Amino acid sequence: MSEASPAKAYALHLGVIALLFVLSFMLPDYYHGLLARIMVLAVFAMGYNMLFGYVGLFSLGHAMFFGAGLYGAGLAIIQLGWSVPLALLGGIACGAVLALAIGLLALRTTGVAFMIVTMMFAQVFYLLILYFAAWTGGDQGQVVPQPARVLNLGATSLDLTNPTVRYMSALVLFALVLLVTLAVVRSRYGRVLVAIRENEERTKMLGYDTFSNKLIAVVASGTICAASGAAYAVLFGYVGSSFASVQYSILPLLWVLLGGAATTLGPLIGTVFMYYVIDVTSGYTSAYLLIVGIALILLVLFFPKGILGSIRQRWLGWLP
Amino acid sequence: MHFGPHLLLAALEGLVTSAVLALTALGLSLVFGVMRVVNVAHGEFFMLGAVLAWAISTAISGHPALGFLAALVIAPLIVGAIALVAERLVLRRLNYNPEATIVATIGMLYIIQQLALSFYGPEARPVEPPFSYRILLPWFGYSGYKLSIIAASALLLIATWLVLTRTRIGLIMRATQYDSETAQAFGIPVDRVYGGVFALGAMLAAIAAVLIVPISQAHYLMGQDPLLLSFIVVIIGGLGSLRGTVVAAVLIGLSDGIISMFFSPTLAKIIATLLVAMVLVFRPQGLFGTASR
Repeated sequence: MSEASPAKAYALHLGVIALLFVLSFMLPDYYHGLLARIMVLAVFAMGYNMLFGYVGLFSLGHAMFFGAGLYGAGLAIIQLGWSVPLALLGGIACGAVLALAIGLLALRTTGVAFMIVTMMFAQVFYLLILYFAAWTGGDQGQVVPQPARVLNLGATSLDLTNPTVRYMSALVLFALVLLVTLAVVRSRYGRVLVAIRENEERTKMLGYDTFSNKLIAVVASGTICAASGAAYAVLFGYVGSSFASVQYSILPLLWVLLGGAATTLGPLIGTVFMYYVIDVTSGYTSAYLLIVGIALILLVLFFPKGILGSIRQRWLGWLP
Repeated sequence: MHFGPHLLLAALEGLVTSAVLALTALGLSLVFGVMRVVNVAHGEFFMLGAVLAWAISTAISGHPALGFLAALVIAPLIVGAIALVAERLVLRRLNYNPEATIVATIGMLYIIQQLALSFYGPEARPVEPPFSYRILLPWFGYSGYKLSIIAASALLLIATWLVLTRTRIGLIMRATQYDSETAQAFGIPVDRVYGGVFALGAMLAAIAAVLIVPISQAHYLMGQDPLLLSFIVVIIGGLGSLRGTVVAAVLIGLSDGIISMFFSPTLAKIIATLLVAMVLVFRPQGLFGTASR
């Protein structure tokens, strides 16, 4: 990595956010709705990237953090009748607590064992959702009732089912997480995380407590993913067990690999690109999992750094 | 029915599960033991075996045993060939890097699953058992075919054990597992051993699937449960250890059969998965063998 230039990096990120803002007024209805969804899911990918890209911890169970946010917020509204802001906070808190517990356990392992352990905990989470079907709706899922999806801010109340409000809410969440991620990876703490990824033993020898640094990263990552899940429940109004299945642990991995691991904008690019590919090919085939599978193999064979990772290596060394 | 016979029935069902599980898990365990590759697509090789068994047995007319025997021979060979191609084209190029191979085998999982859905369809289809003799016990009649699965699996496990411990091929495999670089230095074609082991692992899963398909139907999503259960068996039994795998398979199969009969199957899965995750967290060294990593 070459010498970082803060002004350039911040200008680029603000530019991306501004572009997404402008796009809201230019896109046709279908893509407008799709991009709102992509932004929420890109937040999920950014949360995954924080752990996978920067710390080098390879989890196959992040669907449980997304699911914790999704169910935490969704069930709070459906079953407990909470208001939207409270439910969002509740969902995020669920994810943070779950991430802390999982981190304390799973970080005792490394490498392949870490992957299998996270996958198994996520599987337990998924099965628990099915087991308590009376409460969660099981594999049918539940719809968050439209009248409940209103955000009351003082005197004004925002109807989150309105497409423009939904888009802007997604953008606010996305922008917030993007800027926080950028600040974190540029901070001293971010450097320590990269150091752990590159050589954990050496980092330990330099006097850093790698376990607690990794634990903080797991909690941060889980919290961001839960925020994405909670926003998804509130904005799109559906809570279902498929979002907690293994597939949703693998999708963020795919998005991050595609966009470029350990790049701040990679998760967004990967998510957009993957949705674009599926959208284009859906005209020819309904075999969308086939595309996911082929993409994973081609990426790992020929393109392990992803789109932004390769661009950074070739031309733009300053990309964060 | 009284509690005793009920328990016996649950135990028999559990033993059938164990027999199939032991074969499937042995395949996974060999691949991890020798190649250090966690094959996430293993369950799909299992599914492929069952689907091919259906295709072959319906293509052959005449007595059901004829179609079944043909499937038992041909399906594993086809699956082995597919696995070999996948290994040559993908895994070898990744230099068997543990993390990259996991991503690649996840990709294979999706590709195989989707192709099965496209060409085979979403229906579950039965395969006729080769014979339908019922053994009459004092309390209930029990399918003779199910008992023959247990016998066939035991024979195959013993055969694998003999190959591993008594033949030159087994010696070469064990040498590669123990230290692949030294094995290479002594002129063992490690590369070809890897290809063979990957194909063998897939074939074991396919054989297990052909054996089970007359009692459980072929379906394109049937690979998921065996994958998870095999992981559990392999972790509890210790990767690469044949004896551990068999003992763990019997343990898991029996407890799964008994818990599922008296409680909810979902609850049984939750408990088993959680226990294994905890075993991995607190005793990882005993589970991934003693190899340094």
